[in-house]
Amino acid sequence: MADPAIAAKDALARTPLYDLHVAQGARIVPFAGYAMPVQYKGGIIAEHLHTREKAGLFDVSHMGQAVLSGIDAARKLETLVPADIAGLAPGRQRYTQFLDEKGGILDDLMVARLPGAEERLGLVVNAANKEADFAHLRARLPDLKLEVLADRTLLALQGAKAAEVLSQFLPGIETMAFMSWCEAEREGTRLFVSRSGYTGEDGYEISVPAEHASAFAARLLADERVALIGLGARDSLRLEAGLCLHGHDIDTTTSPIEAGLAWSIQKRRRQEGGFPGAGRIQNELAKGPARRRVGLELAGKAPAREGAEVTTRDGKPIGRLTSGGFAPSLGRPIAMAYVETTFAAPGTELNIIVRGTPLAARVVPMPFVPHRYFRG
Amino acid sequence: MSDVRYTKDHEYVRLDGDVATIGITDHAQSQLGDIVFVELPAIGKSLEQGGEAAVVESVKAASEVYAPLAGEVVEVNGALEGEPAKVNADPLGDGWFLKLKVKDKSQFDALMDEAEYNAFVATLG
Repeated sequence: MADPAIAAKDALARTPLYDLHVAQGARIVPFAGYAMPVQYKGGIIAEHLHTREKAGLFDVSHMGQAVLSGIDAARKLETLVPADIAGLAPGRQRYTQFLDEKGGILDDLMVARLPGAEERLGLVVNAANKEADFAHLRARLPDLKLEVLADRTLLALQGAKAAEVLSQFLPGIETMAFMSWCEAEREGTRLFVSRSGYTGEDGYEISVPAEHASAFAARLLADERVALIGLGARDSLRLEAGLCLHGHDIDTTTSPIEAGLAWSIQKRRRQEGGFPGAGRIQNELAKGPARRRVGLELAGKAPAREGAEVTTRDGKPIGRLTSGGFAPSLGRPIAMAYVETTFAAPGTELNIIVRGTPLAARVVPMPFVPHRYFRG
Repeated sequence: MSDVRYTKDHEYVRLDGDVATIGITDHAQSQLGDIVFVELPAIGKSLEQGGEAAVVESVKAASEVYAPLAGEVVEVNGALEGEPAKVNADPLGDGWFLKLKVKDKSQFDALMDEAEYNAFVATLG
């Protein structure tokens, strides 16, 4: 077998928690230019299940954090994304996408309207795209101020016990609603907390000044319900939650409508347009897209991976997997694919071609594992 | 104790008479992480040395397992279908993959012994 060990870690950036990861037995891999933990000693399945049952702590400091501010910042950001940003109440957050002129997805991101009278928007973008995203913002919105928060670590605390754990340190944090945002202070440290995540579980993303990150993580880890979770389980958790991974399930070749993200484009924006690719997106909303992202459950035990061809039962090619793997909470393989809309209805029986062999699969609704967000 | 040899691709071979038991090493299972599926060849299939013998799927990825020796598949470990995690728990024991009737024992003698393999793994960092 080919050696899965990965060389050339030298040129990679490290997060402020790198030493903690190594001390906790992490296997470090390159990811988006960073040396990141893919798993710790317990392994991906144990970490995945721990997150669903208890509380998982993820270092997501490689992601890009920034504050965009200035006059009419919300309206101006709306020229780049299809979500209703102007309608975001202070302390609320939305999921959206940077679109190109064809309505393709340059990146997906979270936008929070920060509390206060001034228009300040907190952004969290993907690690692999952050430089391009920030360049895009500077080029397209030159009269706004973009402050990149490079000196802040981002931690995610996710899982059934996340609120109980975090409320010990930040009393009252358990009452925050899903997709809300607040600033909190702990022992003189300014934290930015959002109730959101990428696992389908209840939980938080917490922005901590880099110099306090290790101590903050250690305090959380002292709670026996909390364990560090690597990128491997982060991927299997988001796959079960039916959440898109940019560069895989969404990219410049896919529109938000094809991707099943129409819910993230609010009514006013659908009507008014005014974002890149609005013509295509309004057309797809009215007539339906030619293809759609679907969830697939495989009948057997062999996993199917990204890139595998999807066919009808009689062998006609109709699409391709964009993500696929073993779902630890379900004990079986699952996948996401884009297929022609005719074959996108739940219950449709299809095949996935793996190493030349057709494997039986069925279109199922997503998420594969129900979301457990805290709606208050 | 029967003689065990190793490849640079992290397969092991245990030879008893002219039957070779093949699997992946402890280093390999540890690098792969949780194993969720093993695709094994058909009994009677003729394998060439270095040819694809099996596929092992971890949570993250699929990896090919190559035949360390040429031979005919005489048995596969059916228990892995229900419990692929045996490969993680006991790679050199219950986690074996397949048995080959060996054509040429000199191929076995040319493989690394345990000390050589351990030294090789140490160079991988």
